[in-house]
Amino acid sequence: MAFDEVKTEGFKQVGTRPRRPDGVDKVTGRAKFGADAYAPGMLHAAIVRSPHAHARILSIDTSRAKALKGVKAVVTRADFAEGLTGDDWDVLENVMAGDKALYDGHAVAAVAATSALIARDAAKLIEVEYEVLAHVTDVDAAMADGAPVIRDGAADSSVPAGLHPNVVRYHESGHGDVHAGFGEADLVIEESFRTEAAHQGYIEPHACLAQLGPDGKGELWCCTQGHFHVQKLCAKMLGMEASNLRVTASEIGGGFGGKTTVFIEPVALALSRKTSRPVKLVMSRSEVFRATGPTSSTSMDVKIGMKKDGTITACQGVFRLQGGAFPGAPMEFTAMCAFAPYDVKNVHQIGYDVMTNRPKQAAYRAPGSPMAAFATESVLDMLCNQLGLDPLDVRLKNAAKEGSKASYGPRYERIGLVETLEAAREHAHYSAPLGSDQGRGVSCGFWFNHGGETSVTLALSEDGTAALSVGTPDIGGSRASMCLMAAEELGIPYDNVRTTIADTATLGYNEVSHGSRVTYASGLATIRAARDAVQKLCARAAAKWGIDEDAVIWEDGCAKPSGPNAGEFDPLPIAEITAEMGSTGGPIVGHFEATPEGAGVSFATHIVDAEVDKETGATKVVRYTVVQDAGKAIHPTYVEGQYQGGAAQGIGWALNEEYIYGDDGRLQNAVFLDYRIPVASDLPMIDTVIVEVPNPGHPYGVRGVGETSICPPLAAIANAVSNAAGVRMRHLPMSPPRILKALDGD
Amino acid sequence: MSMIHVSTTVNGDEVDFVCDPRETLLDVLRDRLALTGAKEGCGTGDCGACSVMVDDRLVCSCLMLGAEAEGKSIATVEGLAKGEDLHPLQEKFIEHAALQCGICTPGILVATKALLDKNPDPTETEVRYWLAGNLCRCTGYDKIIRAVMDTAADLRKAS
Amino acid sequence: MRYHRPTSIGDAVAIAQDASGTCRFLAGGTDVLVQLRADLVTPDDLIDIKHLPGMRDISRAGDGWRIGAAVTGAEMSENADLKREWPGVVEAMDLVGSTQIQGRATLTGNLCNASPAADSVPAMVAADATVTIAGPGGERTVPVAEIPVSPGRTSLQKGEVITAVNLPARAARSADAYLRFIPRTEMDIAVVGCGINLTLDGDTITHARASLGAVAPTVLLVDAIADALIGSTLGDAALDAAAAAASAACNPIDDKRGTIEFRTRVAGVLTKRAAKIAYERARGQS
Repeated sequence: MAFDEVKTEGFKQVGTRPRRPDGVDKVTGRAKFGADAYAPGMLHAAIVRSPHAHARILSIDTSRAKALKGVKAVVTRADFAEGLTGDDWDVLENVMAGDKALYDGHAVAAVAATSALIARDAAKLIEVEYEVLAHVTDVDAAMADGAPVIRDGAADSSVPAGLHPNVVRYHESGHGDVHAGFGEADLVIEESFRTEAAHQGYIEPHACLAQLGPDGKGELWCCTQGHFHVQKLCAKMLGMEASNLRVTASEIGGGFGGKTTVFIEPVALALSRKTSRPVKLVMSRSEVFRATGPTSSTSMDVKIGMKKDGTITACQGVFRLQGGAFPGAPMEFTAMCAFAPYDVKNVHQIGYDVMTNRPKQAAYRAPGSPMAAFATESVLDMLCNQLGLDPLDVRLKNAAKEGSKASYGPRYERIGLVETLEAAREHAHYSAPLGSDQGRGVSCGFWFNHGGETSVTLALSEDGTAALSVGTPDIGGSRASMCLMAAEELGIPYDNVRTTIADTATLGYNEVSHGSRVTYASGLATIRAARDAVQKLCARAAAKWGIDEDAVIWEDGCAKPSGPNAGEFDPLPIAEITAEMGSTGGPIVGHFEATPEGAGVSFATHIVDAEVDKETGATKVVRYTVVQDAGKAIHPTYVEGQYQGGAAQGIGWALNEEYIYGDDGRLQNAVFLDYRIPVASDLPMIDTVIVEVPNPGHPYGVRGVGETSICPPLAAIANAVSNAAGVRMRHLPMSPPRILKALDGD
Repeated sequence: MSMIHVSTTVNGDEVDFVCDPRETLLDVLRDRLALTGAKEGCGTGDCGACSVMVDDRLVCSCLMLGAEAEGKSIATVEGLAKGEDLHPLQEKFIEHAALQCGICTPGILVATKALLDKNPDPTETEVRYWLAGNLCRCTGYDKIIRAVMDTAADLRKAS
Repeated sequence: MRYHRPTSIGDAVAIAQDASGTCRFLAGGTDVLVQLRADLVTPDDLIDIKHLPGMRDISRAGDGWRIGAAVTGAEMSENADLKREWPGVVEAMDLVGSTQIQGRATLTGNLCNASPAADSVPAMVAADATVTIAGPGGERTVPVAEIPVSPGRTSLQKGEVITAVNLPARAARSADAYLRFIPRTEMDIAVVGCGINLTLDGDTITHARASLGAVAPTVLLVDAIADALIGSTLGDAALDAAAAAASAACNPIDDKRGTIEFRTRVAGVLTKRAAKIAYERARGQS
């Protein structure tokens, strides 16, 4: 197998469904997550947080806390590096407030003590004097004249003159002439939509154990999607060299984008530095809700023109996203994804990144895209209803294909949207009869997917088994996929590969487990590292046989002569080569380090049936089908799991999940009781169809699958509910009071 | 703060510990007895990640004080497997990929075992409502429900 | 916080009477521990009463029932006789929290938490339940409706503790029902709750009690709903009148869980639905 060869069929192991290698750890309680680490002499920390949405910090008196027996150290912003700029400054400012508290829950000080209870008691004794300032939490209100300014001068050069200082970034893109396009249409519909902020809702709160001694050398254990990124950020915030901080990723109890940055890790390190003792810091659930990043809330206007035959003539959208008290709301992704599934001549999209007094938004599974689909696909549904067209036929008619110019610029390579739409149309769900008070909705969704810096090492043992080290935390079974790919290439049993998530001292830099990149990028790197090892194995065989390296091939776990001309030798199994490797040239290790860029975009089509109780506004999702292009499903069961998980999160966001702020700017529902993620009895089984249209940018054709699955649900459910209720739902979540209000004609 | 001395039984072993009166059973299991299988996902009884059995009754260990464990019999996920043999539920959860990140898994296994001990032939709806207090954010519950139903069917065949 | 494990109710009362700071009793603990974890209330004295005689017992009291203060929801649901006679009370308690919460939570705790949204309280009020209170002055019996006085506050005096909930004898051809509205299927606090208790003569309603939760600072006993139902065979006119009476009785707030408008309207919807369930149950009783 050549190093660059693309293989899309004839797999022996890829595509099977073996047990995950960490399965026993996870079902016995043995797996160690963020909060499961303990160290001798360990201290416990607690954080003091602002009760105000916006306030100047006048003074912080730590004397009473320090006087409490068992308290060992207190830190404030003064204990972190100065002089950071740009994104680094933003992250530090979010980790520990400087002059101002910018949202309810913003950290202002922290304390370490000999027990968690003492630390909590001490935190209550830290007295912070605030000057309360006017605040704003709504995206439209924050853009309006007279809105309180979160931070003057935060806007970058993209922002046109005359906008409120809270508008900090601006995006505009498109092609063609939308004015002319709307002129060609038989029907043009323009609607406004809103979505509320949803939290990733991972069940494991952020947790870490930090150790930083007077020698400047540190160890950090934490639950994160990217420990290399944590290393980089923490080193900057502590003013230390990155290589002096070794970061180990614990097992991670969910992330969905929310664990791609730091919140508590620099604080624990600062407390450890002050005390020269290990410091453990674990967030409470309410801290997770108040102080870590939910997704943006949005205000959107979308206008689409259509001919009677269903041809889309033009699309236009304005997308306003608030990202909390810092720049970074993913409005360009919202704008770029909004019309991406369709081949449209005339498109134009604008995005605004707006600051408010809320926690800094963090990535959430295809950041920005689900909201875009909600707006676009709702308008498409209205157009189809009014023109009497089948919603899947219309989507097929306009679907982007290989060679189509994407709404965000480039031309698509091979993509699988048409295949997902055809599979959806043929699925029994689409033609099944509906019950009373039920409605059906469909939607497409799009996500870019991502490659990113990746480094992998595959070391062969003397017995011919393989130790694979990757740097992307396993957030949902990726070890199994890595083992499958390595085993496929090496031709050895799946159980003979052990995949480890290596720490930052062991591997080259690895970007965060985000952008649906792990099976794509770490997978590609694993395949390439395995092929690198295979080349070395073949070279040892060639030397043993005294023939050219080029004359040796690798098949079924053995080196073999490439043909009769190469010579007559019995196949040499991997274990025989590795048994002698000490005396034939030394250890055999495969490597791969690169930034793969062929991630391959992906599309999904969802079908959902919802039932609405028109007397109470209660909604129940009664049937759900996900159809999505995986490129190539390495471990189909875990691909299905990603499809189902994305759909379930989308159902929560569409129906009941939202950040609710009071007039005082405080978060009202910072507990799972009132932040209503779906429970088991809320959901039906979620049917899945895996479509496989190979991605030309991956050796096996893999496309990322983690994020696209959350793009269609908001729209598909809104369409189903709107069709069931007989009234268009424009505001998510579609909580019962909103549905009853809509039924009353708003 | 005066500590309380407690004698209890955990997974069949007699155990003594001292704790602050404010410590929950979950705090004690994790921080004093090194049994970190039960997780704190919320601390308010809303997520079920800390589920354990106390005198054969399913409870959230975050909503019980350590001091209340005096004289009780406690069972945690660590006691589910017998030596090298996983409990059938544990086997089925792995087989069906009924977990992604795995943080909710210990609580769900403890809760599910409690259900099957009480009702060996539950309907899908009964399983869903029984597990409504065990939040899972990764799976959409589909594969969890399938694993539970499959285990129940196997156990019925075996009995 | 001091944790007490008294050996008698008398001792428990004495500890509570002597307490100088915040004092709480521990029956199920599903509210006390949440408040402790959230730093909302850290009692100075916490008095565990679960192990005291009678606290865990469900027993006959004449033709009625005595439910000890530490009886859990799960234990109530497992008592077939209680469930047959007071399905509304049992289903209301069963709606409180998850399976895990049911393993700990109690009727008495749900009442003493004094939340206007407590599920079991409208059902107990509709049932005309009473509580037995032990205190420094001895024992007294009080209607459930008189316990909550405002959100988070009860009429219990210093040193007093509820030892049992008492349900009256179940009359012939009578039954109760409780419904609540929540956005999900489980795990939520009631946005509106409604308890209905009906007695029939033939198919005609002769006696009714109706109660609403989460629509006012305390759970309401709404005589106007009962008046609309009494004398009817639960035809549309009676149901509409009952729904209107329910909505008229509402004095709710806008909060994270629901709006004034929503609560007012859904109170009427639930009243109709709960009345239908109670009526069918009563007709099925001999």
